[in-house]
Amino acid sequence: MYRYDEYDQAMVDARVAEFRDQVERRLSGAMSEDQFKPLRLMNGLYLQLHAYMLRVAIPYGTLDGRQMRMLASIARDYDRGYGHFTTRQNLQFNWIKLADTPDILAKLATVEMHAIQTSGNCIRNISSDQFAGAAADEVADPRPYAELLRQWSTFHPEFSLLPRKFKIAVIGADEDRAALKLHDIGLKLVKNEAGELGFEVYAGGGQGRTPMVAPLIREFIAATEFVSYLEACLRVYNRYGRRDNMYKARIKILIHEIGADEYRAQVEEEFQHVKTLGLDPPAAELERIAAMFALPPLDAGAPADIDRSDPDFALWLDAQVVPHKVSGHSIVTISLKPSGGIPGDASADQIDLMADLAERYSHDELRITHAQNVVLPHVRNADLYAVWQALDEAGLGAANLDLLGDIIACPGLDYCALANARSIPLAQKLSERFDAARQRDIGELKLKISGCINACGHHHAGHIGILGVDRKGEENYQLSFGGSGAEDASVGRIIGPGFSEDGVVDAVEKAIETYRGLREEGERFLDTYRRVGPEPFKAAIYA
Amino acid sequence: MTLLRFRDDAAHEEPQVTLDAFLSQPEATAVRLESGEDARALLPYLDRLQLIEIAIPKFRDGRGYSAAAILREAGYTGELRAQGDVLLDQVVFLRRCGFDALSSEAPLDEAAVAEALHRFPGVYQKAIDDRRPVWALRHG
Amino acid sequence: MRLITGNDLATGDVIWWTGSDWSRHVAQAVDAGKDGEAIAAREEAALRVNGPYVIDATPGPLGPVPLHIKDRIRASGPTVRPDLAVQPLDAKAGNWVI
Repeated sequence: MYRYDEYDQAMVDARVAEFRDQVERRLSGAMSEDQFKPLRLMNGLYLQLHAYMLRVAIPYGTLDGRQMRMLASIARDYDRGYGHFTTRQNLQFNWIKLADTPDILAKLATVEMHAIQTSGNCIRNISSDQFAGAAADEVADPRPYAELLRQWSTFHPEFSLLPRKFKIAVIGADEDRAALKLHDIGLKLVKNEAGELGFEVYAGGGQGRTPMVAPLIREFIAATEFVSYLEACLRVYNRYGRRDNMYKARIKILIHEIGADEYRAQVEEEFQHVKTLGLDPPAAELERIAAMFALPPLDAGAPADIDRSDPDFALWLDAQVVPHKVSGHSIVTISLKPSGGIPGDASADQIDLMADLAERYSHDELRITHAQNVVLPHVRNADLYAVWQALDEAGLGAANLDLLGDIIACPGLDYCALANARSIPLAQKLSERFDAARQRDIGELKLKISGCINACGHHHAGHIGILGVDRKGEENYQLSFGGSGAEDASVGRIIGPGFSEDGVVDAVEKAIETYRGLREEGERFLDTYRRVGPEPFKAAIYA
Repeated sequence: MTLLRFRDDAAHEEPQVTLDAFLSQPEATAVRLESGEDARALLPYLDRLQLIEIAIPKFRDGRGYSAAAILREAGYTGELRAQGDVLLDQVVFLRRCGFDALSSEAPLDEAAVAEALHRFPGVYQKAIDDRRPVWALRHG
Repeated sequence: MRLITGNDLATGDVIWWTGSDWSRHVAQAVDAGKDGEAIAAREEAALRVNGPYVIDATPGPLGPVPLHIKDRIRASGPTVRPDLAVQPLDAKAGNWVI
């Protein structure tokens, strides 16, 4: 993974000093909240329901054991002993004091971490595929390009005061494990006919109030000039994105209003100009970065056989483990969704344990997924049993990946000042209503819950999506079906009038029973819904 | 109000006219661009222009940064002034986008501005200013 | 009744106007009547509170109960982590949240 050189380190160190100065000016009253707010947001610091919340960047979801341990120690020393992994592969601390934040950022800087641009109207964390570098289906590892973009976007002088936030994802395989088309810009690594590496560029996707699937803007841009191309994309957005209404300020609205063809044409015109300015880093820079993402020394002769005689281990294996591209190895997903638990939360002890396991069994590397789970990307098959035992003992052994219990939920009204309804208690009820055996019988079911229209729980992309709203001061839940964040991206459709918290749990159960009654061989819930449409579900739910 | 200039020449005497006025006045040499106006409208006149003032009505409005970059990329060498809600925390970005004069509504402390401008030892991306990006330093 | 609430600038703690001071415990909050906005502005300017606003509440046996669920959750803590609740003066005060 990427290691800072002295230039990178100097950047985060200077940022800490700058923020320390800004905090002092705020605490002394020299700066108003109105002036300070955008500055603290650009260091990932929100004022939430109960305290300040700090969102630490985990670039493209990759980190090592040392960094995990620092997150655990910050949880203990400055927070209340836990952290929350997010749908953009970052980590949030919920109980931060403003006065402590400069020290926290200074500590993060000692392990090459920061909270730069994890909020604000700027380019956010570049996200990627959690199986990058380990999956067999990749054209190439997308993360060196994500790192290149991380640097390009950091303190970009022209694009730090955009109309709104800007989220970029980069993937390297046909299977989309990063919800590419629901990003402001999505880049998919491909090879052209000459075998050259480049990207398909998608622009204008997003969730929130007006979910949209990103159209293809460019079929191929060479890796040698994709930075210039992105400059052009961002410049057109910066100049023409709406600034009169924050709910219409994302690039998806601009592209929707002028049309993809017009946007493409304007970007092309800008690109022809910008590509002459020498903005693209040289190939040597990409090579320097890519070298740090080389595959660790995995023994391809390691035994592939796995002893499945322990039935609980076998269940976990089938759910959480997929083959690595190197024989005798596997990619492990650790579920942070215990039944009845808080999706994405991990205690400091659990974070330390995952750091230990990574160091011991995964060549000291971990990934955070946009579904709020953690991945150990390079595990020898012979070690899987030991890994599972350790996870199981720590409450991290749930075997529910991509099943109903693997719920994505935003923090909701329990934590978030923007929320209209709680999402976590609903997630807890849903995961408890369906036991493990039932979940396995149902099969793949991506259930996503958002506590408000900002859709941080990605409910539009849920096979089953739930949106919490405020109905005359009471929490109410809208149910939708048919969304997908994969390569077959689609936006879910609301099924009918909303429900109480218990009511929506019952409605989900009725929907599941309808699916089970209608499904054909091999069909997931999503497939059956797409085949038969909403009517049978509606009839069962509102009977 | 504070005016900080990063140029050696004297401040331009003529007052800035609006874009519409400028386009109909062949003798005008100073123009003020509002935040939604298209900087490219000025490209045919860059030789004549000696002062372009770009409005920053609210510090969050980042359109002026693109306008400035576009003008400098096209070869404009006259004074490029950011005017309005210009705060300490944007001076680095403003300078890197090509502004060489800052006219802020609220007072700006010159010493604090100087400190801010020198705070970051490196930059990650190539911009209008003459700072070499880190990738250029890495590879010579 | 109308309460004034906000966050402590340095710590981020949820705080409630007691008539003379700011407290972490809603049980000590007072009815600010029609002066709420003026008090809020004065206190914010003096840096004794960040982002204050006035809310409606109803008197309860153990102190004021905010009418809106968001403010009840602010007063008590996340409903899914009762171990992290703001400690009320009386343990039973948290029961009215939801």
